[in-house]
Amino acid sequence: MSDSKYFTTTKKGEIYELKADLNSDKKEKKKEAVKKVIASMTIGKDVSSLFPDVVNCMQTDNLELKKLVYLYLMNYAKSQPDMAIMAVNTFVKDCDDTNPLIRALAVRTMGCIRVDKITEYLCEPLRKCLKDEDPYVQKTAAVCVAKLFDINPQLVEDQGFIDQLKDLLTASNPMVVANAVAALSEISEASPSGSALFDLNSQTINKLLTALNECTEWGQIFILDSLANFTPKDEKEAQSICERVTPRLAHANAAVVLSAVKVLMKFMEMMNPTGDYIDTLVKKLSPPLVTLLSAEPEVQYVALRNINLIVQKRADILKHEMKVFFVKYNDPIYVKLEKLDIMIRLASQGNIAQVLAELKEYATEVDVDFVRKSVRAIGRCAIKVEQSAERCVSTLLDLIQTKVNYVVQEAIVVIKDIFRKYPNKYESIIATLCENLDTLDEPEARASMIWIIGEYAERIDNADELLESFVEGFQDENSQVQLQLLTAVVKLFLKRPQNTQELVQSVLTLSTQNSDNPDLRDRGYIYWRLLSTDPAAAKNVVLAEKPLISEETDLIEPTLLDELICYIGSLASVYHKPPSAFVEGRSNTRRALPIRSAGSGSASPEPSTPQKAPETTVIPTTPAPENDLLGDLLNLDLGPTNQQFMSPAPAAPPQQQDSSSFDLLGGGLDSLLDTQAPTQSSPAMVLGGPTPQAAHPPVAAAPPGSLGVLGDNLGLELLLENLLHQKSFGLVPMSPLNISSPLNANQQIDASLQLVISPTHMQRMDPLMNLQVAIKNNIDVFYFSALIPMYLFCTPDGTMDKRYFLQSWKDIPSQNEAAFVLTNINLTTDAIQEKLAKNNIFTVAKRHVEGQDMLYQSMKLVNNVEILAELKVQPGNPTLNLAIKSKVVDVAASVHHSFLLILHG
Amino acid sequence: MHPVVATSKKNANVAMVFSLLHKLVQVFMEYFRELEEESIRDNFVIIYELLDELVDFGYPQTTDGKILQEYITQEGQKLEVAPKPPPAITNAVSWRSEGVKYRKNEVFLDVIESVNLLVNTNGNVLRSEIVGAIKMRVFLSGMPELRLGLNDKILFENTGRGKSKSVELEDVKFHQCVRLSRFENDRTISFIPPDGEFELMSYRLNTHVKPLIWIESVIEKHSHSRVEYMIKAKSQFKRRSTANNVEIIISVPSDVDSPKFKTTVGYAKYMPQENHVIWTIKSFPGGKEYLMRAHFNLPSVEAEEQEGKPPIAVKFEIPYFTTSGIQVRYLKIIEKSGYQALPWVRYITQNGDYQIRVL
Repeated sequence: MSDSKYFTTTKKGEIYELKADLNSDKKEKKKEAVKKVIASMTIGKDVSSLFPDVVNCMQTDNLELKKLVYLYLMNYAKSQPDMAIMAVNTFVKDCDDTNPLIRALAVRTMGCIRVDKITEYLCEPLRKCLKDEDPYVQKTAAVCVAKLFDINPQLVEDQGFIDQLKDLLTASNPMVVANAVAALSEISEASPSGSALFDLNSQTINKLLTALNECTEWGQIFILDSLANFTPKDEKEAQSICERVTPRLAHANAAVVLSAVKVLMKFMEMMNPTGDYIDTLVKKLSPPLVTLLSAEPEVQYVALRNINLIVQKRADILKHEMKVFFVKYNDPIYVKLEKLDIMIRLASQGNIAQVLAELKEYATEVDVDFVRKSVRAIGRCAIKVEQSAERCVSTLLDLIQTKVNYVVQEAIVVIKDIFRKYPNKYESIIATLCENLDTLDEPEARASMIWIIGEYAERIDNADELLESFVEGFQDENSQVQLQLLTAVVKLFLKRPQNTQELVQSVLTLSTQNSDNPDLRDRGYIYWRLLSTDPAAAKNVVLAEKPLISEETDLIEPTLLDELICYIGSLASVYHKPPSAFVEGRSNTRRALPIRSAGSGSASPEPSTPQKAPETTVIPTTPAPENDLLGDLLNLDLGPTNQQFMSPAPAAPPQQQDSSSFDLLGGGLDSLLDTQAPTQSSPAMVLGGPTPQAAHPPVAAAPPGSLGVLGDNLGLELLLENLLHQKSFGLVPMSPLNISSPLNANQQIDASLQLVISPTHMQRMDPLMNLQVAIKNNIDVFYFSALIPMYLFCTPDGTMDKRYFLQSWKDIPSQNEAAFVLTNINLTTDAIQEKLAKNNIFTVAKRHVEGQDMLYQSMKLVNNVEILAELKVQPGNPTLNLAIKSKVVDVAASVHHSFLLILHG
Repeated sequence: MHPVVATSKKNANVAMVFSLLHKLVQVFMEYFRELEEESIRDNFVIIYELLDELVDFGYPQTTDGKILQEYITQEGQKLEVAPKPPPAITNAVSWRSEGVKYRKNEVFLDVIESVNLLVNTNGNVLRSEIVGAIKMRVFLSGMPELRLGLNDKILFENTGRGKSKSVELEDVKFHQCVRLSRFENDRTISFIPPDGEFELMSYRLNTHVKPLIWIESVIEKHSHSRVEYMIKAKSQFKRRSTANNVEIIISVPSDVDSPKFKTTVGYAKYMPQENHVIWTIKSFPGGKEYLMRAHFNLPSVEAEEQEGKPPIAVKFEIPYFTTSGIQVRYLKIIEKSGYQALPWVRYITQNGDYQIRVL
């Protein structure tokens, strides 16, 4: 028997013939006709005109025919809603059939007909089917509730179907329980009231755990996924659930295993990190994860993406399993690339030799993407495992000798990072690198090479010639290369001012006058101004010691990682993006890992009180740069050489004097920044000292032409929209910026924006205290950023009990301590205390030792980070010693900065 | 190759979706033997019916091929004799129907161990692991309760037989019929089996034994003229065992010609489509060493495209032997009618992913 014949008729009058056949008295002919209709529908032909004729066939004693008619209905009911009503009677009748297959078929199909009028008729049959004696019908009805919710959520709530579903959770049949769980999870996820609808309590959890042992593999996944959304009340409950979930790790279905892993990874957060049970779980998790790598390639890929998250969260789990991630020749490329990533994550001193040997083999394969990533991986190893750096460098040099173009380019990119990590160690290889200069055609490699030349300009004899040859083609370079070239030339000039001033002059001109890239122009101006005002300062800034680069690259940001752990096994875990980034529609509530309660108090962080911004008076600053300062490069004094520039000073770009637009944006900028200050600090201080980006980029960001238009058209309507990002502390605007439009030319408006702290928007930023602002008007979007002093985020409840202070001080490891010297502070100890306390930095204790005052101080940030400080004051001496300790090391610099601002201000 | 695709508008459980797609293919294969455009056209009506039972609103439902065949058949049905949903669909035992009957009650157990090996160009073993599977063919009446006893190290230690010869299984995966919590508690493997053929369990362990078949190769390539291979194969298992149907697969450049071979045993064949040579040895006893030499001409003009260096692969089967030493100690069969049934056990070791990298 073959159905393929139904696809083949395409002659004229086909629909007419089908119509006749559908209305035939002969059953066989009827069935053949319906099959032809379905075949046409399947390949996308429109057969909706046959609707009444097909529906007429619905009342049949032939099950196969009935299924086909139902299929047709599902597809076309929406286009013929009025006629679809004709089918309702049969549906209702079928829901009462003696055969459970028919009852289930009817309720399943009705749920898929998305016609309002039909759904009204669906309620009664559905209610009956949810109570059906046959579990096959019941489990089908459970899913139907979720379908109905998708069409009409209000109807489902009004009709009490959700309560009926909840009742099914205690049904005796495991399949019914599983489908009810699935439906409830879907509904609660889709519902605006969210989890309130599906509130799991310990009793239901117990019921679910029992069903877990009995239902199908798919049902187990539904149950495990909903368990993962449950937050146990304490460690004990978490542990007892884990004990009943761990056997699932031995299931043959990879999805069951991953869902079980998700539950375990989540609940582990609630357990004592040094306890034995965590240890047991860590040991149990490793083997099943390894076994997933023997699954089908697609499943392997999902497993690898998840393992990538898991090892970032808990490095212990797979630390001894490096070898299973070695690449096999016949692995698909997507598996190979993922394995490489995990190899780097697991690389350590103990296994680095093996890893390197592997990477070296991979780097000689033929797949370009794989080879590139392997070369890059060698560099990452060097940075991660110091002991291996030398071997990595020599491996990279070997690879450069192969002269395979893309290998050389990748190697140069990573060698730049190695130089950053280990300065003054491997510079002997620069000569070899320079040999390959001509072959570099990728922007990243060119930029890296240029960086190397600039950074080591004093050791490369012909650095000026090399850079000069790059500068010749400046305008054709990619912006990444241009930026790097600009910096490198300035470095060269500062290191070897003889004979290079022409070069630096030309690069500065190219960057500031011939480029419409705002970043490049900005950087060009900053250098220019620095060089012209204070060359010594320029030296200090441009040639400053660079901070070390971190060991791990490509790490996922911790809050995102935590969120993704809650989504193990799902698309989010494969994309490494939160669902809100790719799922359309309502904004999902973010999932977060449960927090281990420290025995006392509530586990949830206290909601931080939004700091109210007081009325602010906006003091317009004059951000327009002084011309003479910018242009005058004539009086440059660069150390002993006393070289002077001969070139005339360039005129400042005309748009900088366009005060109409400038004031508008400048004023807006000030008011924006000012409103964040809860205290009476002046706006200049809020800006956080010299942050050149914040001082004038709105102008630099604007394309020159569009601003001119503004000046010509008086009363041009300006739409201003602003966007703020300060994610480290979750700062968001309280209300949109209120500006009465339109704005006339030369008109200046001050507007203030109140900001609140929103814990749901917290995400670490770099630099930590960066406030990113975007102002959108009908010309363009202007971006700028400003640093917010950290004390603005100190909460009024930051004071601490003495004993707690002492304990915390001891608990924080000494490597977290940062010491600073504060100079020029002519205040008495009491005045210091008072000033700090006003800004929520509290003195916990004060001691007088050997003529010095020791102040022990505490503060708490809105994200509950606690910071301890010790301030040493010698009366009469304007120099203070400050020591800062916090579990979060990154805050030290910002705290130091805050102290300076408060005490100097 | 036809891809099978699923779409979703939500943050779907993608692991489940992939598992389901593989399961769908498996069910369709059980129904139509092959899954290709033609078989899909030929069976589109039943595919619709099957999809209806397999997935509902994106939620996988009944995916057991045997159970589905009880009520979704290729023959058209009259409603009067229409099938009811088999109770198995919603039962706790969703993989077996009641009322199965055999005149002769028998169970066949195959313990199949696949050896995965990865050797790098220096001859160092990077990975050596065994992936074992216990496959069953069950011809038993009624609803039998089975219990399988293995020489599992943890079980032996728990029950005070720590000194007996046992095997440490690193990870075990079970068919859904096995009671997982029972195994977690006391390492008992107890289950009501599906009818017919299925994989009861799989296990994985790392081995520290010598690779069963060891390959050494010397490849001399003289660009623009010729390439020569010297391959040495060594069997490193006990003399009383024999590897059957051994195939050693050596990749050669795509532009070689004029193959010449010399072997001490077996025969070699050049497969131009696959760009490799297969050296076949029908019977390879333990503790032996064989040689093969191959010679090819290379064209004077070299191909521009750079070619990869696929590793040497080996295929083999060693009957009556397991590398891990795993043993089936007993299989207890209890059915309420009280019949006697005999279990038959077979052991076999074969190659899994067996790769030796070449320079």
